[in-house]
Amino acid sequence: MADMLSLRGVDKVFATGAQALGGLDLDVREGEFLSLLGPSGCGKSTALRMIAGLSQPTRGSMEWRAGRPEIGFVFQDAVLMPWANVFDNVWLPLRLTGQSRAQSAVRIEAALELVGLDGFAKAYPRELSGGMKMRVSIARAMVLRPALLLMDEPFAALDEITRLKLNNDLLRLKQELGATVVFVTHSVFESVYLSSRIAVFSARPGRVVAEIEVDAPLPRDDDFRLTPLYGHACKEASDALHKAMGEA
Amino acid sequence: MRRSFADYALPLLVFLAMIGLWEALVRINDIPPYVLPSPSLIGVTLVKDWGTLSGSLLVTLQITFQALLAATVGGVALAILFARSRWIERSFFPFAVVLQVTPIVAIAPLLLVYLDANTAVLVCAFLVAFFPILSNMALGLASADHNLIDLFELYKASRWKQLILLRLPAALPYFLGGLRIAGGLALIGAIVAEIAAGSAGQGAGLAYRIVEAGYRLNIPRMFAALVLISASGILIYLVFTLLSYVLLSRWHDSARERGL
Ligand SMILES: Nc1ncnc2c1ncn2[C@@H]1O[C@H](COP(=O)(O)OP(=O)(O)OP(=O)(O)O)[C@@H](O)[C@H]1O
Ligand SMILES: [Mg+2]
Repeated sequence: MADMLSLRGVDKVFATGAQALGGLDLDVREGEFLSLLGPSGCGKSTALRMIAGLSQPTRGSMEWRAGRPEIGFVFQDAVLMPWANVFDNVWLPLRLTGQSRAQSAVRIEAALELVGLDGFAKAYPRELSGGMKMRVSIARAMVLRPALLLMDEPFAALDEITRLKLNNDLLRLKQELGATVVFVTHSVFESVYLSSRIAVFSARPGRVVAEIEVDAPLPRDDDFRLTPLYGHACKEASDALHKAMGEA
Repeated sequence: MRRSFADYALPLLVFLAMIGLWEALVRINDIPPYVLPSPSLIGVTLVKDWGTLSGSLLVTLQITFQALLAATVGGVALAILFARSRWIERSFFPFAVVLQVTPIVAIAPLLLVYLDANTAVLVCAFLVAFFPILSNMALGLASADHNLIDLFELYKASRWKQLILLRLPAALPYFLGGLRIAGGLALIGAIVAEIAAGSAGQGAGLAYRIVEAGYRLNIPRMFAALVLISASGILIYLVFTLLSYVLLSRWHDSARERGL
């Protein structure tokens, strides 16, 4: 698989003097599902924001192989506009590129159907459950059919059952869109279930201390959790994580 | 939000009881109207003098709403300017604070020196209504969700689009809160300035009627004008509360119906 993006020797020092990243080397490969796994505060969100162009490296280089692709971003919270209904929230990315409501309608409805929310276009965010809000947020990120989808612990606030369901939905969506996904998580199990590759971060200042390939084809289903490969990968990721946390 | 009958009936009953008590005290003690008029006499005066009083009411309301409109336009525009530039905010916010903390009664006589009475009254009402709108609006514009701001940046939205689609809607609840305060203050500002203008005021608003009736010891009419001022204040508050409800009830928690 060809590299889409490479980060080399990236440091991030905030104005407060806090160093979030120190010597980060990371490649994102075309079409993969990459998880960033690491202890809290190690700079995962910072790295993701950097990839999105919302934050600049203090030192080091960041290089897109074929130019910056269309990017979708999903935050830890759904981050919807409370004054706008579901339809208008999903419309936002299209609206910002100058598309009228009528021009966008077909794509918005398709995006809502993709996340299983057809019929909720007129609802306001506060009328939705946490999981439904997250789906709207994902539909919004998908509506421009981005080549790269960045997700920052999108399911952290959800209950286990909803989370497992959305994990499966996400794998299906990735397949349908053919997008590359970079997914930040705390959870070893989630990262192994979803990813084709896991980058384990050290404690702050963060850098990648281990890379784990999960050699099972995507998409996967719940049976994958019963395979030896899943068990091995979880053990490997968990050991790497413990080692990363011990280093600090 | 179903309110039971008692929720409305009780306050109303208490109110009527107080009026009744007032009426009874005046009658039993034979208090002369130039000391304390009875509610019924105030009511009769209100009807009898309606020709004069209604004209004055209109003048006062007109000044109040003109001042409020000017304060809204000015306050919102300045708040947007503040949101664009830290420099402008740092340089001009102190002026707004100075105007806010200086009592309007102290400014009114000065304004009367420089301006004709009608303009001075309008400016006074404007000055007191301006600050709550400016400060609430500035707070509202700054309170937009940072993740949403990031999202707009990700999609390379212009500052104009960010203002229209994100910052203004996010500021709306704050703005409406400011408007509710400013509405009451504009009325107070107009009344205070007119009292300060005293006999010089040809505008003939409600405050002028109070001053005039005071000179003539027409106490019932003073009370009647007072009733109209209070009623105007309550009306303004209710109108803006309703406006908030209409604009916010679908999405903002402040206007949320407590569903079961
Ligand atoms: N804007 C900022 N200004 C100053 N320091 C910051 C800023 N953003 C993050 N940091 C610091 O950088 C470090 C890394 O933060 P980051 O949010 O990237 O961690 P994280 O790995 O995403 O953690 P979590 O898993 O808890 O979300 C933290 O110690 C944090 O305090
Ligand atoms: Mg984070």
